[in-house]
Amino acid sequence: MKNFLETTRLFFETSLDIRSRVLVFVAALVLVPSYFLPLWNMTLYSNQFLEGLSLDIYTYKLEGTKTPERDDLKEINALNHYIGMKPLVDSDFTEFNWIPFVIGGTMLLCFRAIVIGKMDKLVDVFVLFTYFGIFSLWSFYYKLYQYGHTLDPTAAVKVPPFTPPMFGHQTMANFEVYSFPSAGSFFMAAMPLLLLAAMYLSKKKHSVK
Amino acid sequence: MKSILSTIIPLVLSAILAISCGGEKKSRSGARSDVQDAAVKTYVAPGDLDEYYMFASGGHSGQVYIYGLPSMRHISTIPVFAPYSATGYGFDKESKEMLGGFTWGDAHHPSLSETDGDYDGRWLFISDNANNRMARVDLRDFKTKQIFGPIPNVSGNHCSSFVTENTEYVLAGSRFSIPLPRHTYEKIEDYATKYKGVVAGIKVDPKTGTMSLGWEILMPPFNYDLGDAGKGPSKDWGFWTCYNSERATGKLEVTSTQKDRDYVVAVNWKEAEKAITAGKAKIIDGAKVIDPKDAPGVVFLIPAAKSPHGVDVSPDGKYIVASGKLQSITTVFNIEKIQTAIEKKDFTGTEDGIPVLNYDAVKDAEVNVGLGPLHTQFDDQGNAYTSLFVESAVAKWKLGTWEVLDKIPVSYNIGHLSAAEGDTKHPDGKFLVALNKLSHGRHLNVGPSQPEASQLIDISGEKMSLLYDAFTEPEPHYAQIVKADKIKPIEVYPKEENKNPNAIWDIKDSKITRSGKHVVVKAIAVRTSFEPTKIEVNKGDLVTIHLTNIEQTTDELHGFGLNEYNINVVVDPGETKTIEFVADKPGVFPYYCTNFCSALHQEMQGYLLVKP
Repeated sequence: MKNFLETTRLFFETSLDIRSRVLVFVAALVLVPSYFLPLWNMTLYSNQFLEGLSLDIYTYKLEGTKTPERDDLKEINALNHYIGMKPLVDSDFTEFNWIPFVIGGTMLLCFRAIVIGKMDKLVDVFVLFTYFGIFSLWSFYYKLYQYGHTLDPTAAVKVPPFTPPMFGHQTMANFEVYSFPSAGSFFMAAMPLLLLAAMYLSKKKHSVK
Repeated sequence: MKSILSTIIPLVLSAILAISCGGEKKSRSGARSDVQDAAVKTYVAPGDLDEYYMFASGGHSGQVYIYGLPSMRHISTIPVFAPYSATGYGFDKESKEMLGGFTWGDAHHPSLSETDGDYDGRWLFISDNANNRMARVDLRDFKTKQIFGPIPNVSGNHCSSFVTENTEYVLAGSRFSIPLPRHTYEKIEDYATKYKGVVAGIKVDPKTGTMSLGWEILMPPFNYDLGDAGKGPSKDWGFWTCYNSERATGKLEVTSTQKDRDYVVAVNWKEAEKAITAGKAKIIDGAKVIDPKDAPGVVFLIPAAKSPHGVDVSPDGKYIVASGKLQSITTVFNIEKIQTAIEKKDFTGTEDGIPVLNYDAVKDAEVNVGLGPLHTQFDDQGNAYTSLFVESAVAKWKLGTWEVLDKIPVSYNIGHLSAAEGDTKHPDGKFLVALNKLSHGRHLNVGPSQPEASQLIDISGEKMSLLYDAFTEPEPHYAQIVKADKIKPIEVYPKEENKNPNAIWDIKDSKITRSGKHVVVKAIAVRTSFEPTKIEVNKGDLVTIHLTNIEQTTDELHGFGLNEYNINVVVDPGETKTIEFVADKPGVFPYYCTNFCSALHQEMQGYLLVKP
């Protein structure tokens, strides 16, 4: 036990070599696309919408596909109102206020780790970001749950409460709904992996003891 | 894959046809086609799109009908000169004002706007023979945007609406000469001297398409029948045919058919513009009218075979083809020869001061096309196609050699014909539609009131072949066939473009305000309700409803039908329309959505309560 704590302490005190610092820098950079690439996509197919009604979720906004013929977000809301679902509007998502802030903070923590060059700073970023990631996924799921479970009781069409799919496919009335992470999420997932790699590189060199 | 399909489809079709022919399929007499060939060439599979639009005039129905080619399917109707409850046209304030109190028009000749002699896909103009008007349809949204007229001094706007090479002018003119200005009385016995015809150019704004008065020319009291604008070497010219150069009245069937030749009128519109700038025009009923006596060099007459009907300019602009409907020949004039004769003053007489050109000096050919030639269209191979009313046929002949190459019977009595982009500088060839006047029951029996028959003809080969019969709404006088990709319409009015000051986009902004006896309602239509759902007024109030359809999705139209008030308006996605009426009937009147919109369409309703 004592040995383990000692090993951990030594590990935390390990200096980061140049390769690790470069990797941490890259890790900070891969967060940049999350400011403009969507994190998640939901597409609803039906006989009337063979090409699908498509909704993209960003770190800071919701956006339906917009063509001169249709605004998909408007259309999804128009259809959802029949089952009494609240309209999807940006202002209902407090996440859109703090997620970009947290991502910015994470990037700052990465730079801190690079400058100070200590493993413990890297562990800080890794733990905080992983926690943030898991919390965000839970929050997203809870949002979906809430939308499907707080239906207006006066709605024209009564449906049993439901949770729209977060990952994968679900049939809902006349719609086939597909929900999957998009490019932004993949970049965000790459970030902690890069941090792990950075830890591994420096650890290997300094754990002779 | 395509080649397999093209083998399979004829096989399948011929199998089906073999079965059906052996079975119950009944047929009527008249022109026939090679069934397999025609089926493959006209079949447009579900979900596939036609290759061409055809805009066919709807004659005395007052409307324009849109067909897809080669399927010949009727796709949609554009209301122009008559109210059309299906789209609420003529019921809302704006379109009602545009119709100017008329409830019908005689939609005659449609003309697509042109740039450098080719269709540019911007506007469609169409003339009204009955009430002397000209309409412009915007092809961005397929809606009638302007009805110009009654055009001063023009009486029976039949020889219209042909556009000049860059849509500088739309041609107009009088089929029925009258004493001028309009509303003047003169005895019919004084027809030859006191009645006047007019040919005119309606000016078109190059940016907006808005029509305004251009020039008018005072003409002898003949009946100006059809026209065409020049192109290329003849681009400064407008041409019209006329019958009744006898200046006769009464039974024209006899009185106007005594001379062997009438005229083609040739107007140099650049000279007309100059005469107006030089102050040579006089003002009649607000229009600048040129008397040819005051402005030599503007207008000339060319003798043409008996009672000519159509006059059509060839794609290269060199030939002017006039068809004498009471003879078997089509006469071809040459623009260079016309210009030379004018220079040399090679005249054989005058009519009310207008020089008559020497026929032999300006004519290139008399083509013996057949009986009752009316109109001519062109293809991309230097061929001309002339409709033969009396003979019920189309003749194909070669420009330059004047040789008649082929003839195809049609069912029956063809009037106009329209080839794919066949009146432009660059015709497409491929297809021609015979716009027949009589169908003589070549369809399921629908009683004595029979539709017209439009027949699709393949003109891609040496021999013409009949492909398809369509039965068209009354009455296609001419059509324009344009490649589909030249027209790029919207499907939804974007919210940002709606500049109507009375438009609202949130149901919270809906309100009813009263000032004196005027009640103004700002209303919304959206799946699946109106806002407000209750409008309460007093008997005798003037009610104005500004209704905005806030949808931004294709085909989510909403109607507003008000029972027993004779009102039905249809509002497209993103559009605002104004409904105005006096609440002169007391009681409770439901209003409801007339254009099926959603699963709860039936529930989309409200009440107008009129207190006695």
